Amino acid sequence: MFEDALKPLPEKAFDYVAAVHLLNRAGFGGTPSQARALADMGLNKAVDQLVKYESQPVEPVKADLFDNSIMSPLTDEQRETVRKARLNNDEEVLAALQRERNRKQSEDRKQIAELQKWWIKRMIETPRPLEEKMTLFFHGHFATGYRTIEDSFHMYQQNQLFRKFATGNFAQLAHRIIRDPAMIKYLDNDENQKSKPNENLARELMELFTLGEGRGYTEDDIKAGALALTGYTFKDDTFYFNNNNHDTSTKNIMGKSGQFDGDGFLDVILARNECAEFMAGKLFRFFVNDFSGDMSKDQKAFILAMANKLRSSKYELKPLLDAVFSSAYFYSAQNRGAIIKSPIQLTVQAVRSLRTPVRELSALASATDLMGQNVFFPPNVKGWDGGRSWINTSTLFIRQNVLVYLLTGRKPDMYEWQASDIPFDATHLVDHLRQPDGSVDMASGIEYLLRFNLAQSPSPLRLQQVMAFAKSRGERLDNDRIIAVLALTAAMPEYQLC
Amino acid sequence: MSEHNIPYSRRLFIRHGVALASMATTIPQFIQNSALGMVAQLAGNPGGAGLPQDRILVVVQLGGGNDGLNTVIPFGMNEYYNARPTIGIPAPSGTAKGQTGVALMLDQQRGLGLNPSLKGLKGLYDDGKLAVLQGVGYPNPNRSHFTSMDIWQTATTGAKGNGWIGRYFDNTCNGTPIPEGSISIGRTAPLALNGQVQKPISFESAELFRWLGKDLHKSLDDPYQQINRAGILPETTQTSQAAFLMRTALDAQLGSDRIRAAVGKLPLTTWPQSEIASQLRIVSALIRDGMPTRVYYVSQGGYDTHGGQLGSHGRALQQVGDALAAFQKELVAQHAEDRVISMVFSEFGRRVKQNASGGTDHGTAAPMFVIGSKVKAGVHGDHPSLTDLDQGDLKFKQDFRGVYANILDEWLKAPSAKILGGTFSKSSIIKA
Repeated sequence: MFEDALKPLPEKAFDYVAAVHLLNRAGFGGTPSQARALADMGLNKAVDQLVKYESQPVEPVKADLFDNSIMSPLTDEQRETVRKARLNNDEEVLAALQRERNRKQSEDRKQIAELQKWWIKRMIETPRPLEEKMTLFFHGHFATGYRTIEDSFHMYQQNQLFRKFATGNFAQLAHRIIRDPAMIKYLDNDENQKSKPNENLARELMELFTLGEGRGYTEDDIKAGALALTGYTFKDDTFYFNNNNHDTSTKNIMGKSGQFDGDGFLDVILARNECAEFMAGKLFRFFVNDFSGDMSKDQKAFILAMANKLRSSKYELKPLLDAVFSSAYFYSAQNRGAIIKSPIQLTVQAVRSLRTPVRELSALASATDLMGQNVFFPPNVKGWDGGRSWINTSTLFIRQNVLVYLLTGRKPDMYEWQASDIPFDATHLVDHLRQPDGSVDMASGIEYLLRFNLAQSPSPLRLQQVMAFAKSRGERLDNDRIIAVLALTAAMPEYQLC
Repeated sequence: MSEHNIPYSRRLFIRHGVALASMATTIPQFIQNSALGMVAQLAGNPGGAGLPQDRILVVVQLGGGNDGLNTVIPFGMNEYYNARPTIGIPAPSGTAKGQTGVALMLDQQRGLGLNPSLKGLKGLYDDGKLAVLQGVGYPNPNRSHFTSMDIWQTATTGAKGNGWIGRYFDNTCNGTPIPEGSISIGRTAPLALNGQVQKPISFESAELFRWLGKDLHKSLDDPYQQINRAGILPETTQTSQAAFLMRTALDAQLGSDRIRAAVGKLPLTTWPQSEIASQLRIVSALIRDGMPTRVYYVSQGGYDTHGGQLGSHGRALQQVGDALAAFQKELVAQHAEDRVISMVFSEFGRRVKQNASGGTDHGTAAPMFVIGSKVKAGVHGDHPSLTDLDQGDLKFKQDFRGVYANILDEWLKAPSAKILGGTFSKSSIIKA
């Protein structure tokens, strides 16, 4: 029955529109010519290219791309100076130290802004879109925020960890995340000692990261899990196991008994059926359908099939993603246009699929923040709620206006962005429709643009409205007119879907 | 009651009747909700003018950590002047130093005054519309701006989870968010307004609450309006994401029309010029228009006064004090004064002792203000001791969650224990 749910799409059904769907969901969209190339490859090769992306050369991420010394802890010598100044109430020294602290913090805030721009640029440019998309998934899943960490390098390290395991093994990533300095700091595990346990990491590990709230564990399991995680802390930029603070007693966790440490605790969790199901459900919402309301029967069956796949591959993600992107269900009508684009998806997909100028990366970062998704600043440990929570009457205007900015360089007066006068050549979008004389038939051009930009077939009414507008402006589908059509299309409510 | 005092939705309802409630596909959500609410009301549910659904809370956030001791001046305590030899504000009877002036008298007996720049608040105090809550804070104070602000906004000492006002809406709206239930005037909405179900809307100025595409060419406006005002298209399934988006798009157009028209109207009174004043002016315009909004959120920064603070702190206080006074005057002119209270807070106060740069570093407890004709005016609680300190910082006298609880229970008539996840001792600041 499970295998049935993951039944593959027949090769011949993988057409151009299906290729666009795949590009949008497994990545951040692509141009018409990229979609055509993918469609020509056929389903298997197309999915392979996206999932087995190691063959795609990419700019390597260097460990020293960002400065790790800005927020480095005080040296013993400096600490002694502080101690003495406090003891002697030496106001001038204390004030100088405070100024130095302020200076470091402000420098680090600049670096986190650089990191945001760097990541958005990477998402726009990468030939391995799924790698970045899964990195974004894990950033929202193992949500950790800079506001609490106040160390941009730790955020960078964590981002790299997610990239490394993007389509790797989830269980291995889980073992790494309990050693990640940013996570340890965010969930207070640096304060988790056997003499005074802190349950924060243990609780969220079960509730949000692996099993789901209330699924098969008790408060006692959390307490025991917290003890297993005692002593898991960090020094400067690296994990540090503090043996003195670690509790070595025998613990009972979810019916298992042993001298569990953090890894042992995780192994107990990862062996539970609930874990694969929980992860399958989250991946389903991220890639297939972020439905609102009750889960339907076929959705449930598909998620269970995904969970089964994940279990049988021992948490390897590639086989699962391969099966999802190859399945007939993924391409079925009910799952087209069934996801509301996240602010990052909206922005990055617009640039990647239309090939608009990037304009200003800081403006894009600021725009995604205005729309409710400030990367490296998730609202809380649950990450972004996603789905309909992205949309309200104010974010909808911002979404429409960000597209106007990308298409034309115009910006709202009050935004702190630079207006941009880089011209956008949109004519490549309709190149394949050119007649021998180089012109493009207005009706077929507009129909194509709507079909390409909307995740579902455009409504006849919308086509009519846009056509009436375009015709009123003359007979030729030139660059200005294409941009105007795109601005209108991007202002359609259904443009928010992917 | 003249018609302009009746909420917009109700006006529409009165004009158009119950039929509104059945036009699910074309009527925007917020009007529909209100119309349905009216039906329930007519059927005998409690509620009506002056009762909680007409009540409004305005939250005023002072960002950066407002120096409480130089806001409400404990001029009766010598320790204050010992700890602040150059930045202490002289008693009302004292001699002004430089341009700063002397404290404005608040309470002679308790030895309390207001910063000389807070003439606006002093006027409200004299009119019996200002409650001063002393020594407000929380256990194990956190001195990071971010974390402490999150603690205040989530009303949890762990600074985790949704906002307290978001949870208030989640608790009252039965799983359906109330569009325009909460509005923040600012770049992004604060965590405080974020609920599981209820999401705030925010805009910096009404000008941003519109589509810019029509600036490209005026011919784009018509098709844009047709597209966004069409509501749910006939072939679209009602429960789909697309239908949700189409409905929200229509809401956005109507909200935009309304907000821009409301804000575009001249106010009834004169207003000072400042960022915080223009935010509060927008709020007053929306209140006048009868928006269904229950909570408005505005904020002002500039309180992180580590050095040379006398001038900059005074300017910030003057702006907010004058803005709040103007806001109150505007509400009086609108006959809306009895429906609105304002609550002013900051993420922490500052150290008792001034630092070597003529400023103050991050501290703990500080006063809060609650303003309105329905608040119990006066000074509430005792000033924290200036000698019994915790590492040089004030010990709080009142948990801020007790203040929230009081506002939730007695102003918004919502179950505070459920929303805040516990009960907190509180002094009543709302008139019966």
